[in-house]
Amino acid sequence: MPRPFQLADPKRARQLADAIAILAPPTTFKIVHVCGTHEMAIAQHGLRRMLPDTVEVLEGPGCPVCVTPTADIDAAVQIAEQGAILCTFGDMTRVPGTRLTLEGARSKGCDIRVVLSISEAEKLAHKTDRDVVFFAVGFETTTPMTAAVLLDDPPPNFSVLVSHKKIPEAMGVLLGLPGTNIGAYLAPGHVSTILGLGPYQEHLARFNIPVVVGGFEPLDILYAIALILRQVRDGKGFAENGYPRAVADEGNVAAQALIEMVFQSAEVGWRGIGNIPDSGMVLRSKFERFDARKRFDVKGETGDEKIPGCRCADVLTARAVPADCPLFGTRCTPLSPIGPCMVGTEGACSIWFRYGGRELP
Amino acid sequence: MCLAAPAKVISITDNEAVVDYNGVRATARLDTLTEPLAAGDYVLIHTGFAIRRLSPEDGEETLKLFDELAASLDAEPSSDDSQQGS
Repeated sequence: MPRPFQLADPKRARQLADAIAILAPPTTFKIVHVCGTHEMAIAQHGLRRMLPDTVEVLEGPGCPVCVTPTADIDAAVQIAEQGAILCTFGDMTRVPGTRLTLEGARSKGCDIRVVLSISEAEKLAHKTDRDVVFFAVGFETTTPMTAAVLLDDPPPNFSVLVSHKKIPEAMGVLLGLPGTNIGAYLAPGHVSTILGLGPYQEHLARFNIPVVVGGFEPLDILYAIALILRQVRDGKGFAENGYPRAVADEGNVAAQALIEMVFQSAEVGWRGIGNIPDSGMVLRSKFERFDARKRFDVKGETGDEKIPGCRCADVLTARAVPADCPLFGTRCTPLSPIGPCMVGTEGACSIWFRYGGRELP
Repeated sequence: MCLAAPAKVISITDNEAVVDYNGVRATARLDTLTEPLAAGDYVLIHTGFAIRRLSPEDGEETLKLFDELAASLDAEPSSDDSQQGS
């Protein structure tokens, strides 16, 4: 990373940890973040071990791969089985569907390609006569890219299987679920680069809890946690920007406009949580011709998501940490994952397996 | 998934920039950027799209914010809930 943006100075980290210790409430206080990149930074840098015992930080539904429901994986598998080239981000290939993972579909002869950007999939469509389908997963950070490509006149053999989700809506629903006991949110930095603070105010203001946007350098995260605890100490609960170098309060209006032009909100399913009104994206009718669900014959499969013993649903709703699951690290490991939180490299279980939580693995 | 990384802009043609991530060159689309961009600027890139221009001074500015917060707490008289501290 270029130097001016590398914020990992140990002396400052110690100062911020001291600030957190001063501000820490006397009884257990639960901060939930909703971003795999946050979890990665927290675990990789051992930040949890710098926090006072009363301050807990958990990953909620922060990994788009993990929250993608079985039904969407099934649709992707069926589309690939019908002969299309199915392009997606790497982790998606290992998430279990009803019958198969995409990796399993590939071993049966389907053409599954891993891409790093929707642009790669669109460029591939220019070079072939075959149908190319991009399996579009991700939160608001990733949705504008899908919109930009669809607005840019892609070739007729290109379509998208949309599984984009809206995180502020899910954050609101999570607060209402029994047993979540969420004291504050550490809000996702790059989702916020796109959205700004508005959607948190809209969906979370009535809960009166601190919602602080944090960046991804170790110091950014410690700073955001300190801001959260300062709000708690002062009896406040509002949306605050702790990552101003990458987040404008109004967000990225160009990207918001792209989303608005191409997508509208719809009720969608989240693995572990269930259906949430207005928490997903579907194509507006003007763009229906790019909808892979309409272009291919996609049938509902049974899609049972309950894996005996697996506590992914509790991990995704911040009601458990990976170490609470009886399968974690024993029957369920990154090499042979059972639940989706071990499949996605940004899933809490996969990250804890590699780096540990409060204790080293 | 929402990973984004800062990169330096090398050149710009139409809607695309060639960028450098500490030695690795890549292209990035600019549809999703509001700010004007020039060679030499830094941008935050997510899945091949620039989402925000970054200013190196903002890195310094951020460090100042961190220091201010730490200093403000050092200066505060200890209250009841400060006694949990290290």
